[in-house]
This record gives sequence, C-alpha cells and structure tokens, in this order.
Amino acid sequence: MQIECFRLIDRIIALDLAAKTIRVEANVPTESTIFEGHFPGHPLMPGVLLLETMAQASGWLVIGATKFTCMPFFAAVKEGKFRSFVTPGMALIANAALEHEGSGFAVTRAEIHCDDKLICDATLTFRLVPFPSPDFRDSMEKFASSIAFPMELARHD
Amino acid sequence: MPETFETVANIISETCDIARDKIKPESHAINDLGIDSLDFLDIAFAIDKTFGIKMPLEQWTQEVNEGRATSEQYFVLQNLSSRIDELVAAKKA
Repeated sequence: MQIECFRLIDRIIALDLAAKTIRVEANVPTESTIFEGHFPGHPLMPGVLLLETMAQASGWLVIGATKFTCMPFFAAVKEGKFRSFVTPGMALIANAALEHEGSGFAVTRAEIHCDDKLICDATLTFRLVPFPSPDFRDSMEKFASSIAFPMELARHD
Repeated sequence: MPETFETVANIISETCDIARDKIKPESHAINDLGIDSLDFLDIAFAIDKTFGIKMPLEQWTQEVNEGRATSEQYFVLQNLSSRIDELVAAKKA
C-alpha cells in the first residue's frame, strides 16, 4: 500500500471475467503518518481506508469487466461491516465480485481477509463514467500495469 | 402493466422511504417524488434484478438531454412501467 497517495492495492492476484471476480493483495505498511494520529500508541488501519481498499479492488474488477472503457467512481456503500482490527504490517487479501452491471452503474460485493479471517465486507455501488481525458486513461493504464492488471483487457480500438 | 407498476412502486417506496400511497402511476420519479440520481441507481439496480433486464438509463438520459425525448417518457411511473414491460418482452423474444 502507498497510503499517502491513496494507492491501496499492491498486486492483482487474479481477475476472472467469466466469474466476474477479482482477488488482490494489499499489504498494510509498518509505518505511516496516519498511524501517528490513528491512534497514538495504538496504531490501527482506519476503517475508511479498508473501505477504500475494497472500493479499489472492486474498481479494478469493473474496469476489467468494461474493458477499460470507463472509470468507476465510488457512489454508495451498504452493509459495510468492520469485524476485526487491522494493524501495521498485516498482509490483506481483498476479494470482490460483480453483483450487477447496469447502465452507467455497477454494484459489487467485496470483502477483506487476513489469514483467512474475515476483516470487513460491504456492498458497493459505482457510477461508470467515460474517462475524462486520454491522459487520465493513460495514467490509469500505467498504474494498472504496475499492479499486474492483465493489460490485454485494456486494449481498445 | 398494472402489476409492473405495483412492483416498481413498492421498490421505490422501500428504497427511498416514500409512503406507498404517495406513489401514483402519474408520478414523475424526479419532479414529483424528489428521487435524486443516486437513489435512482438503487431503484435501477432493484428493477434490473427483479425483472432480469438492464434498463438503458444512459441512452434514456442522453435522449432527454439532446431533446429527442422528454423526461416524462421515461420517468413518469406508468411510462417507466411500460418501458420495463417492453424490455421484458424483448428479452423473452
């Protein structure tokens, strides 16, 4: 994770478009300024960042499912539950499944595990919007490549 | 269509916490019921799942924005129910 620049996914382990699922690695850093305040002497990964981790995993799934034609923007969360504390250095696995791809929106079900223990889960909704600019898309493709996104899915006419 | 309207009205009532008796066939989802675009995504999700369709919201919105259709054609509930019936029929065909 690069928490300070909000890049929370380290690597895409598997992206299965037939099953409409994704599995990613998200390793919590051992040190971060965030832990100085959350909380002093008792560092915990903030729940909002766990939620964002599930959103980013879901986002890469949606980008894959839509063949890199649009950008998913986080729009709503339902049934979000934080079941266990996450501390610095923990190796997280986030899974997401595409529950529905509608017209201009998508709904996913996501969860995070650590050592097979369920950490949190939620149902997430995204608005799907055309990439605002070619440069934006290029930057997303570069980042996708850096986290082992299967780039053959990014090819477009 | 009456059955479709009933289903849609119930979805709207549950999703947006609007009293069921305020939701009429002639109600405009946005102008009369005050449903915003985010809540409408929830409604669209429930309608898509319930009827096994994919409502072409992007196409409808584009048609309205370009003046090729009125919002009443798609967002007055009796008209929305008719569109849903058409989509269900097209899927079965």
